Amino acid sequence: MTTVYELSHLDLLEAESVHIFREVAATFEHPVLLFSGGKDSVVMLALAAKAFWPAPLPFPVLHVDTGHNFDEVIAFRDRVVDRMGLRLHVASVQDDIDAGRVTEDTGPRASRNRLQTVTLLRAIREGGFDAVFGGARRDEEKARAKERVFSFRDEFGQWDPRNQRPELWNLYNGRHRRGEHIRVFPLSNWTELDIWSSIAAERIELPPIYYAHRRPVVQRDGMLLAHTRFLRLLDGEEPYEATVRFRTVGDATCTGCVESTASTADEVVAEVAATRVTERGATRADDRISEAGMEDRKKEGYF
Amino acid sequence: MPQLLRLATAGSVDDGKSTLIGRLLFDSKSLFTDQLAAVERASRRRGEDYPNLALLTDGLRAEREQGITIDVAYRYFATPRRKFVIADTPGHIQYTRNMVTGASTADLALVLVDARKGVLEQSRRHAFLASLLGIPHLVLCVNKMDLVDHSRERFDEIREEFRRFAMKLDVGDLSFIPVSALHGDNVVHRSASMPWYGGTSLLHHLEEVHVASDRNLIDARLPVQYVIRQGGRDFRGYAGTVAGGVFKPGDEVVVLPSGLTSRVAALWGPGGLPVTEAFPPQAVTVQLTGELDVGRGDLICRPANRPHTGQDLDAMVCWLAEAGSLTPGATYTVRHTTAETTAAVQKLDYRLDVDTLHRDESADSLRLNEIGRIQLRTRTPLMFDPYRRNRTTGSFILVDDTTGNTVAAGMITGPALPASRVVWHAAAVGREERATRGLTVWLTGLSASGKSTIAVELERRLVAAGRPAYLLDGDNLRHGLNADLGFSAPDRAENVRRVGEVARLFADAGVVAVASLISPYRSDRALVREAHQRAGLPFLEVFVDTPPEVCEARDPKGMYAKARAGEIRGFTGVDDPYETPEAPDLVLRPDSADPAAEILTLLNRSALWE
Repeated sequence: MTTVYELSHLDLLEAESVHIFREVAATFEHPVLLFSGGKDSVVMLALAAKAFWPAPLPFPVLHVDTGHNFDEVIAFRDRVVDRMGLRLHVASVQDDIDAGRVTEDTGPRASRNRLQTVTLLRAIREGGFDAVFGGARRDEEKARAKERVFSFRDEFGQWDPRNQRPELWNLYNGRHRRGEHIRVFPLSNWTELDIWSSIAAERIELPPIYYAHRRPVVQRDGMLLAHTRFLRLLDGEEPYEATVRFRTVGDATCTGCVESTASTADEVVAEVAATRVTERGATRADDRISEAGMEDRKKEGYF
Repeated sequence: MPQLLRLATAGSVDDGKSTLIGRLLFDSKSLFTDQLAAVERASRRRGEDYPNLALLTDGLRAEREQGITIDVAYRYFATPRRKFVIADTPGHIQYTRNMVTGASTADLALVLVDARKGVLEQSRRHAFLASLLGIPHLVLCVNKMDLVDHSRERFDEIREEFRRFAMKLDVGDLSFIPVSALHGDNVVHRSASMPWYGGTSLLHHLEEVHVASDRNLIDARLPVQYVIRQGGRDFRGYAGTVAGGVFKPGDEVVVLPSGLTSRVAALWGPGGLPVTEAFPPQAVTVQLTGELDVGRGDLICRPANRPHTGQDLDAMVCWLAEAGSLTPGATYTVRHTTAETTAAVQKLDYRLDVDTLHRDESADSLRLNEIGRIQLRTRTPLMFDPYRRNRTTGSFILVDDTTGNTVAAGMITGPALPASRVVWHAAAVGREERATRGLTVWLTGLSASGKSTIAVELERRLVAAGRPAYLLDGDNLRHGLNADLGFSAPDRAENVRRVGEVARLFADAGVVAVASLISPYRSDRALVREAHQRAGLPFLEVFVDTPPEVCEARDPKGMYAKARAGEIRGFTGVDDPYETPEAPDLVLRPDSADPAAEILTLLNRSALWE
């Protein structure tokens, strides 16, 4: 008798994300969107563009560049920026190293991942940004499962998990004083499978390394690391060719790949639906440092 | 069937909530091997000889160190039938604040009790909060059934105890499932240990529960969130998330608070997808005809169906901040839909004890986790609906201007009566002093379902048995009391409200009020039930469940024929919806030999006479 008005799961998630983008654009002075060229930030950017159609994005994008990038990802980033006419800020970890603000680890397993935090906070300060969109999802990691959609950061950019603002209905509180800012996570309720389903359904372009390709890799700590110019081989490590793809893309020194023959978005959707290992468990070396690795980094100001 | 269900979990500390969630994820194969390995590693380090599934949800360092849950965690899992978002709320510390945070958007609340301990304060508290937050579905999981020998009697005992308590609340749909989270009985799979249990497993219930009809599709509401301009295309659109009802291109609309009318010229989904019908919670962009000055905080609705507009409102609030308290006279920033203004607390009517539901009218402040009813005055008018009618236009938060923190969550009950100039006169006669006890029997169902026939017979038998009874027939009352009302949704709501008030007065006077009314909308009937509950009077909802085709074939007044011919618009069952009761006290079907007798049996069995 009653007409049934229903939205598909992806349409519901999209509506929620669009609501968040519009809320920030309407209530903040200087938002910025973190864009690395990774799949989550690509989907986030696509949703942002949809939220403000037919107008262009009302905020710039920011890339925190560790200097240890996959070439394919940087090429992709520049292509997207060009095509969409975005304003791109690049904040380089190398600049902070050169200026002596951070000291780079020198060990064989050195990663610049942790150094990013300093660069990110500097970029936020210098840009005068009061809202920073990040593509983090609550399904990624247990500390992130506790994260609000609007996450308050103090003047040091820090997160206090014990003192988060209650978040009710879709009434987001973005109050902050000068120097403080809000991290905003429009993809909070998306899962890895949702991201890929959206990429497949909307035919969203990604860097090619997300799909199966041949490349030299090394086995380390139960993970497959790409053998790039940034990776220092340990004793006994022998690079070999394999057919792989990446589930996450970040710093090349600590982002692992997985063996896969999935070469289209639909094939990846099928693979992700069947996998029994989380994205971070499979591919992030830095999460293995300690049980609270992510929580500690978030407290320091990581996104 | 909607593909997404949001649920909030609640229960005491040791009721096994985290284990239940872990079991749900594990048995539905939603747990990843590296997550499980991490839990096993951590459990071994803590000296536990079994994988402690609670570690899955307790993600913070301090939580694991202290073995407590500090804040809400969100978990995601999916089955081929549905996707689920679980807001896992902490059991003990700061229970109310976190429960409110986790449950404000939930479709379903899952309350756990330990079969050995039965219904504890915490279970009652959480059930009350779920009811206050308007969560339409509640599932009580009786856990640790293995520790009571899978006893059917124990389960029935707890079920009855909880059911009696829930009668005082506004819970639309209540289910009971006996489980053992540790062993997985009735969580994902039906248990062989409890052959007496005829229901479904928890997961099956979560997959099947019907939530689509819980949204308000009647009152069209679009709070304007952001104005999108594109000079090159001369485009000006009002973006926002539909908060109620359905909008279509061509619709006549009014923009509040200005009151200017216009028409929907075009509706766009995200990315410029043309939309033919926009409904909640779609995020859309509307173009209106003509030149209007519309901005963030305005509300677009239909001219014949407007929300309340005013500066004085009554609300239930929950104080969420550790520092400070809510006191009359204090001012805050209020966020309501996309509007923001200043609000002053005019009055604290009472503080509610969530354990006993007792109202403390002498209270002069609300502290952390306390709930009370207040009167609020806002600097600029708000466009609002009662929370019961619309969770979006009926909710707000209060923000402290000094700290910027969210300090209170509010649910609007309605516009405030002008400065309490109307004084309630206490009666000299108490209810116990009257000769008889009254109550209300509310018959709802489609036109021609047979309600009035049953009601007439019930009144006759009650009077014959010496019970004061009076029939309140919807059609008859429209000749007098409600002669000024039509059949639009707000008029129907008002019709039901008035008859409900009259029934309540009859019941208070010691009379059995037999109301026979189509009363098509669930929320309207819920308000009548609530008014009775507040007054401490029994209210029985009887659903006369006659199939629409049978009603239409009967059609004694020729109404269906007229509706089909287009002579009547907005006729329930033809071009207007009927929302079936989700938890009626009694369902009468056409095959019932003596429906009036069934109602009498229910009255006698419930011992409502004493």
